[in-house]
Amino acid sequence: MENVGNYASTSLWALAWRRLRSDRVALVAMAIVGIFLVSLGCSFSGLLAADWDQEIAINFAPPSFIVEQDIADGNVLPSEASISTAGSTSIEYYGIVDPLENEMAEIRASVPVSSSKVVLHKQTSLPFGADKWGRDIIKKTIKGAETSIVVGLVAAVLATFLGTVFGALSGYYGRWVDDCFNWFYSVFTSVPYLLLILAVAAVLQQKGIMTIVLILGLTGWTGTYRLVRAEYLKHKVREYVLAADAIGASDWRKIFIHIFPNVSHVALVQVSILVVGFIKSEVILSFLGFGVPVGVVSWGSMLNEAQNELILGKWWQLTAASAAMAVLVTAFSLLTDGLRDALDPKLK
Amino acid sequence: MKQKPLLQVQDLRVRFRTEKTDFVEAVNGISFSIPSNVTVALVGESGSGKSVSALAVMGLLDASTSIIDPQGKIEFEGNNLLATSMCERRALCGKEISMIFQEPMTSLNPVFTVGYQLCEVLTLHMGMTSKEARARAIALLEEVGITDAPNKIDAYPSQMSGGQQQRVMIAMAIACEPKLLIADEPTTALDVTIQKQIIDLIRVLQKKHGMSVLFITHDLALVSEIADHVIVMRNGKICEAGDVYQIFSNPQDGYTKALLRCRPSLEARPMRLPVIDDDPNEQTKSEANHEERERGLGGNESIVLDVRNLSKNFSTRSGLFGKKNFKAVKDVSFKLARGKTLGIVGESGSGKTTVGLTLLRLHEATTGQVLFEGKDILTMSDKEFMPYKRRIQIIFQNPYASLNPRFTVAQILHEPMRIHRIGSNDRERSEMAFELLRKVGLPSTAAYRYPHEFSGGQRQRIAIARCLTMKPEVLVCDESVSALDVSVQAQVLNLLQDLQDEFAMSYIFISHDLAVVRHISDQVMVMQHGEVVEMANSDELYRNPQHSYTRDLLSAIPRGLPTKKSVSIERT
Repeated sequence: MENVGNYASTSLWALAWRRLRSDRVALVAMAIVGIFLVSLGCSFSGLLAADWDQEIAINFAPPSFIVEQDIADGNVLPSEASISTAGSTSIEYYGIVDPLENEMAEIRASVPVSSSKVVLHKQTSLPFGADKWGRDIIKKTIKGAETSIVVGLVAAVLATFLGTVFGALSGYYGRWVDDCFNWFYSVFTSVPYLLLILAVAAVLQQKGIMTIVLILGLTGWTGTYRLVRAEYLKHKVREYVLAADAIGASDWRKIFIHIFPNVSHVALVQVSILVVGFIKSEVILSFLGFGVPVGVVSWGSMLNEAQNELILGKWWQLTAASAAMAVLVTAFSLLTDGLRDALDPKLK
Repeated sequence: MKQKPLLQVQDLRVRFRTEKTDFVEAVNGISFSIPSNVTVALVGESGSGKSVSALAVMGLLDASTSIIDPQGKIEFEGNNLLATSMCERRALCGKEISMIFQEPMTSLNPVFTVGYQLCEVLTLHMGMTSKEARARAIALLEEVGITDAPNKIDAYPSQMSGGQQQRVMIAMAIACEPKLLIADEPTTALDVTIQKQIIDLIRVLQKKHGMSVLFITHDLALVSEIADHVIVMRNGKICEAGDVYQIFSNPQDGYTKALLRCRPSLEARPMRLPVIDDDPNEQTKSEANHEERERGLGGNESIVLDVRNLSKNFSTRSGLFGKKNFKAVKDVSFKLARGKTLGIVGESGSGKTTVGLTLLRLHEATTGQVLFEGKDILTMSDKEFMPYKRRIQIIFQNPYASLNPRFTVAQILHEPMRIHRIGSNDRERSEMAFELLRKVGLPSTAAYRYPHEFSGGQRQRIAIARCLTMKPEVLVCDESVSALDVSVQAQVLNLLQDLQDEFAMSYIFISHDLAVVRHISDQVMVMQHGEVVEMANSDELYRNPQHSYTRDLLSAIPRGLPTKKSVSIERT
């Protein structure tokens, strides 16, 4: 009887995990999301796609798995040599003396040879194609995932946090607190979403990943707020909360220690829904020009570039970015569905 | 019983699928028959399979989760229902066999008038035109005792009381003159006086229409009022079946005997209630002593809680700025003696629960004083009230709702000790928690489990243990045993009594069940519409009720003694 150590009790979370495990679709979705997250970690730590901005192929190298070797007619030359010879010959040809020739030579000597210049042979085709600078699309997509997923996750966590705290306070306290939050909520939701995003972007006046996270986080809390508030309204009159009140638990304790674990499934499912939405929103923001700064790649900026290339028939950048996004978003929504089924206590 | 029985159930087995491969046997091979023009009662505690059997007869079980063994037979007038098609069955249900459910509030569709819902049955099954149906519906409503039927027919269910709604349900069930009426706990959700009226109504209708009634209930005492024949079920099996007189006067099965004895009665008050041992042999525990417990106040007890002129108004918004006041508790005064129990009795809406919650300041009182050892706890600030919180505690009605499902039992027990700084460290608190679990009759392994792993009675023990961590002097029991089965109820009542003997706690015992209140209380206070109508020592109140409402309440209690049917039919 006293040997309590080997009695493993199944908590509600363990039960949810058991239910999730029997859901094959959710498991596959989880594996796909897992692969994305692992590649994210690798690219973040530099194991993968660290050299994404190297121009390893010719401009718009088409996607092909048959790798052709360098074209023999010398079209592809060592870049440094070609620049210097072209420069000197043209000036000589016109018989004009370059007044800064010595200085230029000095500068050229002092600047260390950048890595991109080291590549001597540019490839004419890549398995997934190249963009207009000759950068490998697959590496660009992996690097772009870093921005997109981080933006999606962080913004979703921020939005859910705000929504949960506002909803908890509003639902629990009711009265004027509830009125204030509801007023705030109504004002927020009455502004069209895109205009709201543009307004926040205009106020922040800075381009960068943090800005996007803030824009999305500050505008995306409303749905979570509504759901969490409803849950708190329902739970605050439950007997276990009354019992906690009778014991003498403080309001803070009742809100966050007693009620929150019982509504956390709502917040969790909201996070995963928002992640999907925000990855898409980042694309829209980048498309509109409020997205990530130049020099940082994201799926959104890739799609933005692709809109000009598509006229030229260069479809591979669009395909790579949208395919990656579609797979992740689908897997994430399926995982969300699985999570909701596993966590919804009503199904128990 | 010479003619062929109306309904014959043979070797019925129902299994429920819980997980993909797990099955639970809900009904395990039962056989019984219902002759025509007879009332048969199916009695059992929760999980005995009584409702499942009835649903199987009606064909209402969810086919995706339940499996009825095709070897069994449900024969209605010679046709095996299990072999007939869904369509044939649907034609039969509602016309030949009809059913009334436990909750009249949820069985009626709230968006249609009762008349519409009644006429629907009549046009569907009897092929009446809407005019004929309406006339018949009015006649039916009159028959089930609804006054002003021509007007009430256009009322929505929400405009009727619970008793009236159940009458409408009965009208709907008898609309097509069924041969068999299945009543699944039809009075459990109703007050005791309404319960008596509904029981009388079913009895009169059964005689008048010559139909058979299958009456399903957990309350043995109720059975004695209505049934001719009784079937006692436990764990999906039939324990005993027989004539109602035989079951009550000379029960053969141990379980039936125990069920009859473990319910508190109005006649005797033993030191401890007999309980059913969980032993599969169904032996009742050693013959309970027949010593009677003395109850009542001598008059010189010390007073722990003095409630003076307590009132509570609830205001609801009406219109844009208007407010409507509803007086839930009006001018209630009483004194609670140390180590004694005050029972508060009343029907739903009488304000008895509000009194309990106001004492703990879970509701703000509108006016009045609650003196705890001479200090008014209602006017204290929250900070001043804090030390008093641990001295006055509450046990709620529903043990499924009053424990946080995300806390382990250990966390549940630790929390009040942490808040009130009882015990100097967690280890000391754990030891106290184990000690309390032992005291309420749970193993110490229970500490690491979650509430959903326990049965209702065990959960109520956990709730009691949670209160005991604070060693309260006053314990408010708000319908604390009402949601429990009779056998479990007896155990919890015994536990409460033992704890009172040990710690000299004072109880305020709120209940609608007069037999339970009589068993545990020294003093009883009867409430109606928020007012105290009578208050006296419990023996005196039950022997010699002064107020007419108290007399109504007492006369409505089922006695548990079957009487000859011919003399017992009386209209109220």
